[in-house]
Amino acid sequence: MEKWPDNKAWFLVLPVVVLVCFSAIIPLMTVVNYSVQDILQPGMGFFVGTEWFERILHDERLHGALQRQVLFSLTVLLIEMPLGIAIALALPTRGWGVSACLVLLALPLLIPWNVVGTIWQIFARGDIGLGGAAVKALGLNYNYTASATDAWITVVIMEVWHWTPLVALLAYAGLRAIPDAFYQAARIDGASAWAVFRYIQLPKMRGVLTIALLLRFMDSFMIYTEPFVLTGGGPGNATTFLSQFLTRLAVGQFDLGPAAAFSIVYFLIILVFSWVFYQALEGMGKGASK
Amino acid sequence: MDLTWMAWTLPTAVFFITIATLLAGMTVWDLAQPSVARKGFLPIATTRGDRFFIGLLSGAWLHLAWLGLTDLPLWYPLAALVVWMIVLLRWG
Repeated sequence: MEKWPDNKAWFLVLPVVVLVCFSAIIPLMTVVNYSVQDILQPGMGFFVGTEWFERILHDERLHGALQRQVLFSLTVLLIEMPLGIAIALALPTRGWGVSACLVLLALPLLIPWNVVGTIWQIFARGDIGLGGAAVKALGLNYNYTASATDAWITVVIMEVWHWTPLVALLAYAGLRAIPDAFYQAARIDGASAWAVFRYIQLPKMRGVLTIALLLRFMDSFMIYTEPFVLTGGGPGNATTFLSQFLTRLAVGQFDLGPAAAFSIVYFLIILVFSWVFYQALEGMGKGASK
Repeated sequence: MDLTWMAWTLPTAVFFITIATLLAGMTVWDLAQPSVARKGFLPIATTRGDRFFIGLLSGAWLHLAWLGLTDLPLWYPLAALVVWMIVLLRWG
């Protein structure tokens, strides 16, 4: 293999390395340190070994939060990915409509997360909210503060409303990057719309869809603010996902040791999922380009 | 520099020093002898760094599974991890 004699370019990534050290690696090391100690107050901790890990691994509440989290992430991914691609395919490709659609699409992404929660909290209320009142007018007994199913549906719809535009914008960017020659060749061959999508558009969007899938999975798996504002994790624990469970443990009960141990497990779950997704999509890409 | 806020303990310090040493070793190894992606018993083509990452990650999960499922000491999964890491780097 050819070796590069000049490795000065590595110095250009040094600022990023320093930044990542301060923002991620040093805090992560601190969390690992906390996870093996009983922290009574800052500067006063007792080594407890793996006790916190054993406790959280056997915690039924954590198992429940994990199951809800996996179900939530899978549900939103299954809706957001196809919907985002469909929206991108339906968007205009020229004229003033492009800018108008892109601005409209980007709007939900510009709203702060806690405001998204508040908007939906009011919108979904049966008494004063437009959405809630409309559903009630259809004769459905809808109340997201009392029914677990209603709360779930509301949180999923909110998440889909908030983040599908990201998938759509990324997919749209991928679509626009396809040279016209591909479509011309497809027209000459008399390819159907489905064939164009399956053999030209989808493979060409692979890169952006990988990014969209990874971003959406990780974001949805770490979701906190929106359900916290909308449902507060309720009714009961119906919409308490991992982040909220973790926050209750760390901030609410000040159980820093178990919370740190749980954070590490959480981190490892995200790492595994992201890596598996990445490998799967890389493999798919290689298969498609053959 | 005061690092007491990081709540260091001897076992975690040893853990991080080991990881850092391994990473530094892998970097030097790769600079001296750049790794090329190849296919071993793993279902995907991997470079040496990929296999090291897979080894560390599977090691972390092995230790967690051990803690969750048994009451035996963690020396057993640690020994298993060392063997697994060697097998993975050599034939993975």
